[in-house]
Amino acid sequence: MLDIREISKTFNAGTINEKVALNGLSLHMNEGDFVTVIGSNGAGKSTLLNAIAGTWPVDKGSITIGGVDVTGLPEFKRAGLIGRVFQDPMTGTAPNMQLEENLALAYRRGERRGLRWGVTKAERSLYREQLKTLELGLEDRMRVKVGTLSGGQRQALTLFMATLKKPKLLLLDEHTAALDPATAAKVLELSEKLVSEQHLTCLMITHNMTDAIRYGNRLIMMDAGRIILDISGEEKQRLTKQDLLERFAQLGSGEVSDATMLS
Amino acid sequence: MDFLNLLSRMPAATAQGLLWGLMALGVYVSYKILDVADLSVDGTFALGGAVTVMAILGGVPAWAALLLAVAAGVLAGLCTGLLHTRLGIPAILSGILTQFALYSINLRVMGMKANQTASLKNFGMFYENGRGFLVSSRHVSSAIYMGLAVAALVVVLLYWYFGTEQGSALRATGANPRMSSAQGINISAMKVLGLALSNGLVALSGGLMTQFQGTADVNMGRGAIVIGLAAIVIGEVVCDSIFGESCNFALRLSCVVLGGVLYYMVMTVILWLRLDPNDLKLFTALIVAGFLSVPQWKARRSRTLHRGGGK
Repeated sequence: MLDIREISKTFNAGTINEKVALNGLSLHMNEGDFVTVIGSNGAGKSTLLNAIAGTWPVDKGSITIGGVDVTGLPEFKRAGLIGRVFQDPMTGTAPNMQLEENLALAYRRGERRGLRWGVTKAERSLYREQLKTLELGLEDRMRVKVGTLSGGQRQALTLFMATLKKPKLLLLDEHTAALDPATAAKVLELSEKLVSEQHLTCLMITHNMTDAIRYGNRLIMMDAGRIILDISGEEKQRLTKQDLLERFAQLGSGEVSDATMLS
Repeated sequence: MDFLNLLSRMPAATAQGLLWGLMALGVYVSYKILDVADLSVDGTFALGGAVTVMAILGGVPAWAALLLAVAAGVLAGLCTGLLHTRLGIPAILSGILTQFALYSINLRVMGMKANQTASLKNFGMFYENGRGFLVSSRHVSSAIYMGLAVAALVVVLLYWYFGTEQGSALRATGANPRMSSAQGINISAMKVLGLALSNGLVALSGGLMTQFQGTADVNMGRGAIVIGLAAIVIGEVVCDSIFGESCNFALRLSCVVLGGVLYYMVMTVILWLRLDPNDLKLFTALIVAGFLSVPQWKARRSRTLHRGGGK
């Protein structure tokens, strides 16, 4: 579903602030893979997601999503393939637009937007039905401006929007890091529910090792712009937090203390 | 200080306010919806006037001259949009560059003259011969009706457009560009489109103002952006105080036009009070600065840091 071949990205090349963020990274994900990504600050986790989403072009290498080579495509042209949830709950929704208008924008992700009505009656009832399954009471607040919702509600909504039109790939960028623990747990549960129900292929960054172990069928650890550890299947199920810390101490560049990896 | 004299001036102020209200709708599209402070409108307003007067002098029916003005305004908006999105020039500077260039262009359009006049005597009114002026300061009451009709039409069209898929995408671009991009919206294209639409409306207003006065002047758009902003802030205050939460998009747009009318009424009062007309721009700037700072003041009042420590 996702095929990344030796991508590299250097920021501020040739200046004193030069930073190699991705260093010949390769990653292959099968359909239905749920991969969690861990690594210290500056390891290149978010850079990897931005490279896949097309926030900027990579310097070298190629990215293929669902058989489509997207390496040269700008972000908005890849959007039809990708559902995305950002770390900041404010980023994923338009605050001064109604809830149903936000949903309608997401429902047309990657499609041509013409002069038909922005929200039709039929889709309105569809949204209402599907929002009910979230059990957040949002189905009764379809006309409310999204800016009046709480951070947790907005993040749940962004997640819902990212999967409203089934994406080839779902990218979750520490999407619970800005939420309080109880809300974060709820949003994580919801993420897993949506991923398993729709058999989504998902790449999730997290700072929380326990979450990284509990969720998904595969775990990768990043360091200095590369993948240094890739564990899946039964081996992942047996994994403990202690194992991970030891492996990181062995494999990592050691530039950053282990503590920064912990939540 | 004759109060009847003031009243007698109000119809003309209303007509002018309605026509400027159209220009405020254009500014609303760029400033409020797209979240871009587009300063090209000062030049575009005069461009609309210049194109209209020259077309009329060249024998084009006055209503068709307005269509040409709109087309010219759209082109000017495209220029600003492309300077911003393609060449990466900050939006505010792109607008200033377009406005600056339009001064020369407007002079060329008007045959290197600073102003051009098309007299009502030669062309007559639209309702007389089907080709004449749509509005004129000599026929104030009909100008008010025509101003209302055009404003209503534009409000309806804008309400419809911003309810469509494309209009929603444009609103989203202004509200949250990152999210819009992630939803597959080409935000550069949307910005260009919005600026073209905005400047088209501003040029329409300039064209109608030119017919109203019978003359276009290369300086007629000076400070238009501030008047547009004044109409918007007055309109929003009226909208929020009358309708509150229930103020929908169509009402909000209508209130912006009303804001233009109120602005001209206030200006008429100021002139009636025999204040020096040269101070008008200072008054306008103060009013706009005052209204634009309201959110800041409100926020400050609710912040605990600024509350007194007494209780």
